[in-house]
Amino acid sequence: MTEISATEPPVLEVRDLVKDFGGLRAIDHCSLSVQEGKITGLIGPNGAGKTTLFNLITGYFTPDSGRVFTDGADITSLPPHGVFRRGICRTFQIPREHGTMSVLENLMLVPPDQLGEQFWNCWLRPGAVRAQEREIRAKALEVLDFVNLTHLAHEYAGRLSGGQKKLLELARTLMAEPRLVLLDEPAAGVNRTLMKKLSENIEYLRRERGITFLLIEHDMDLVMDLCDPVIVMSEGRRLMEGHPDEVRNDPTVLEAYLGGQYGAA
Amino acid sequence: MQQIDLARAVFLFLPLFLLGLLALPGRAVLRTVAALALAAVVAWLLPQVFERGALTYLASFSTMAGIYAILSLGLNSQWGLAGHVNFGVAGFYAVGAFTSALFTTTMPEGALAAYSQQAFGLQWPFLGGVIMGGIIAAIVGFLISIPVLRLRTDFLAIATLGIAEVIRFIFQNERWLANGPQPMRGIPRPFDCLFKDPACSWLPQGAVDFLAPLSPRDYVFFYLIVVSLILAVVFIALERISRSPWGRMLRAVRDEEASAAMNGKNVTWRRIESFVVGSFIMGVGGAVYAHYVVSIDYSHFNPLFATFIVWVMLMLGGSGSNKGAILGAFVVWGVWSGAAFMIDAASPALQLISPDLPSRGAYLRWMLVAIMLGLIVLYRPQGVIKERKKVSDFMSDKGDASGEGDDATAEQPARQ
Repeated sequence: MTEISATEPPVLEVRDLVKDFGGLRAIDHCSLSVQEGKITGLIGPNGAGKTTLFNLITGYFTPDSGRVFTDGADITSLPPHGVFRRGICRTFQIPREHGTMSVLENLMLVPPDQLGEQFWNCWLRPGAVRAQEREIRAKALEVLDFVNLTHLAHEYAGRLSGGQKKLLELARTLMAEPRLVLLDEPAAGVNRTLMKKLSENIEYLRRERGITFLLIEHDMDLVMDLCDPVIVMSEGRRLMEGHPDEVRNDPTVLEAYLGGQYGAA
Repeated sequence: MQQIDLARAVFLFLPLFLLGLLALPGRAVLRTVAALALAAVVAWLLPQVFERGALTYLASFSTMAGIYAILSLGLNSQWGLAGHVNFGVAGFYAVGAFTSALFTTTMPEGALAAYSQQAFGLQWPFLGGVIMGGIIAAIVGFLISIPVLRLRTDFLAIATLGIAEVIRFIFQNERWLANGPQPMRGIPRPFDCLFKDPACSWLPQGAVDFLAPLSPRDYVFFYLIVVSLILAVVFIALERISRSPWGRMLRAVRDEEASAAMNGKNVTWRRIESFVVGSFIMGVGGAVYAHYVVSIDYSHFNPLFATFIVWVMLMLGGSGSNKGAILGAFVVWGVWSGAAFMIDAASPALQLISPDLPSRGAYLRWMLVAIMLGLIVLYRPQGVIKERKKVSDFMSDKGDASGEGDDATAEQPARQ
């Protein structure tokens, strides 16, 4: 059962969000919130607006109306890197790795405010940049070890298999030390064994590091296994929210997925 | 060996040494020693192998190739590192050249002022002019980048091409600015008194005697040193920042912008930064060019000579590789210059085909460059020197079990 305490501000709150693409209303007055320290599932039929919602939260799109808050602070108008700085990190449905760099440097890219990111520091403070690179590298190797990709550290990221790229996406969010991670179909195209490993990793991170997850997933086994609560979206709206068992047996959810005739029966 | 040849050999030593440092492999100390020895031998041999005229040609060829190498490095920091399709190299080149000219020349006075107009003439020293050339080009680059970098790929190409043409037409039409359609003359050469008679007053007598056999026509041997040094500074500075976390960010932005933004990188700002750095370098290239040719006008900065040939250089040498940018500049400029001799030699044969063909031989040179570009794009799109896998040199590979950071045999996945 979902226990929502009134005292804690939600780590993420979406309030009355609207987004139109031309004549199509992708997000239609959608409101939802994500509680700290939970793995919230976001499910719904194709075209329900789940990925669009992610894009709106992370500043990739600007909503037509409505607001997004994290810990009570408004982040609606922030650009993507501004949202990242609030501790919100996301992965993509189709992995977007930096293909011409090694796996290791894909991860080393992530930590914010690196000294060497200001190019003059490379001329003026090479020692400090080098020292920081050493730290970041050690951390990246640690994260690679966690997702079992150490043996591929020096491989071009573009050469990884689909499933390995998914792991790399997860690893990248870990480099950022996020508070909230938005996972867009982390298990799509991933084999059963890897999927089990992936879901163990997510649960471990929630338990040991206190990271909050919001994940879009079509694989119901994974959702039932991992998520509580589950939010159902349909046609740009939040249809319902509840424990996985509640959601599974709810006639309106069935109707949204399978069409009117089942819901009416 | 006559004194004139010896003096020229002395001038050739430093550029050859720098070339050796660039080209030789191995550790720093060993490489320096080897480059010193090799430069001494080659500098001593060159005047004996080549006739005097041919050697002067070689020096002026290398000077021009060096200037193109600076432009090519500038383009590499835009296209190679960050993926900007800048077809406006000529614009920044022109801004650098005219800026440096304005800062270093004397304001025309009296009767001369009726023939030659310019906005100002500050008589700054050479180096000041070069730096100002870079700075003003960078400022122009920054102002342009704010609207223009909202565009990508072919649209950016069209916009930058247009901007370069606008800049060229401004210099052509605004007489008050830099003498409009007339050339701007009398751009000072640094230390050109070395080769004059009487020589610079501050020069010790021994040096005066040593340089005595050299005439002002040999100035190019000295300017080659100037160009090599500036090229070396630009190369080292750019190499440093492109192999750093900054360069890593640019490559990330180039490969997959959305993902770089989600990794908390300010994509817009990084794109502007790389564009401005490239503009600065191109401006420096323009300034160095202005002081070399002494007299410049708008027609020097047309897209063929100042933009597209630079693109061919970078594509041939290897986009993303600074060494490749320099190599490409020398190779393409070599082909371009060599083609002139080839067409001269082939003119009897051309005459047989059509009597007026030799006079149109110049177009054959362009055809050659175009064919070369076609071959590169088809058969070796990554260029002669491939982009390295490892980006940051600030990161050491020491104490890593999985070993090598750079696998020369691995094929890089295609750029998206």
